[in-house]
Amino acid sequence: MPRLSAWFIRTAMAYLALGITFGALLLWNKGLPLHPGIWRLLPVHIELMLVGWTLQLIYGIAFWILPRWRSSRGNETPVWVAFWLLNGGIWLVALSQSLGWDPIWLAAGRLAEIASAAAFAINAWPRTKALGA
Amino acid sequence: MPILTRVYIKTSLIYLVAALLVGGVLALASVVDLPPALRSLSPVYFHLFMVGWITQLIVGMLYWMLPKYSKEKPRGHDPLWWATYVLLNTGLLLRVAAEPANALMAGAAWQWGLALSALLQWLAGLTLIAAAWPRVKMR
Repeated sequence: MPRLSAWFIRTAMAYLALGITFGALLLWNKGLPLHPGIWRLLPVHIELMLVGWTLQLIYGIAFWILPRWRSSRGNETPVWVAFWLLNGGIWLVALSQSLGWDPIWLAAGRLAEIASAAAFAINAWPRTKALGA
Repeated sequence: MPILTRVYIKTSLIYLVAALLVGGVLALASVVDLPPALRSLSPVYFHLFMVGWITQLIVGMLYWMLPKYSKEKPRGHDPLWWATYVLLNTGLLLRVAAEPANALMAGAAWQWGLALSALLQWLAGLTLIAAAWPRVKMR
């Protein structure tokens, strides 16, 4: 497995650990109330599970298994950019939603996530090709 | 395809059908007056889809595709992968029962059911990470 995929997949697992902990607290709190403030974790739980875990894992697996460009996986720089933009975006979205920051930070986080998808596509697009092409 | 992967993927397909059925019931709410227990199924629908279908499909594929752990144990520690399966499904099914039941007639049994479901699913996540992490290896 290439180094970049290992980074994506291990980071995804770290978010899974955090995301399920928040999810477990939310569900436990629904049955046996712990603290009303726990509900503020809901948007963070959703962000960590959908973007931090699922999307990041998909990036890592896709970079690993998509057909190679001749003998290599192409230029890795845009994929590293996608990694940092995605993770910066996740933290901006999660913190701004849970701590009630100015909505500009939420927008900045979402923009970083959108930019990460575009950066990832720069590498993935030409590797999505017919057998032998 | 290894048996554990087949079990995960076939189970995930059952959840996909179940999730879409629940989604269909929820869509009826706009035209029919649904009982309170059914109206509270929104989180159940979402988790049947994201945990039962997507996550379980991912786990089955990870077990199959991740680099080999060792020559003797190519797929790592199987008991951890099976424990994830049991914990995840028990926890999720408990939620499916307890959440609408608690909305309909709140009682200690259902409240503890939700808490136990949370604990089981949390443990499933931890066993998954313990099983998969050592197989995420760089060249």
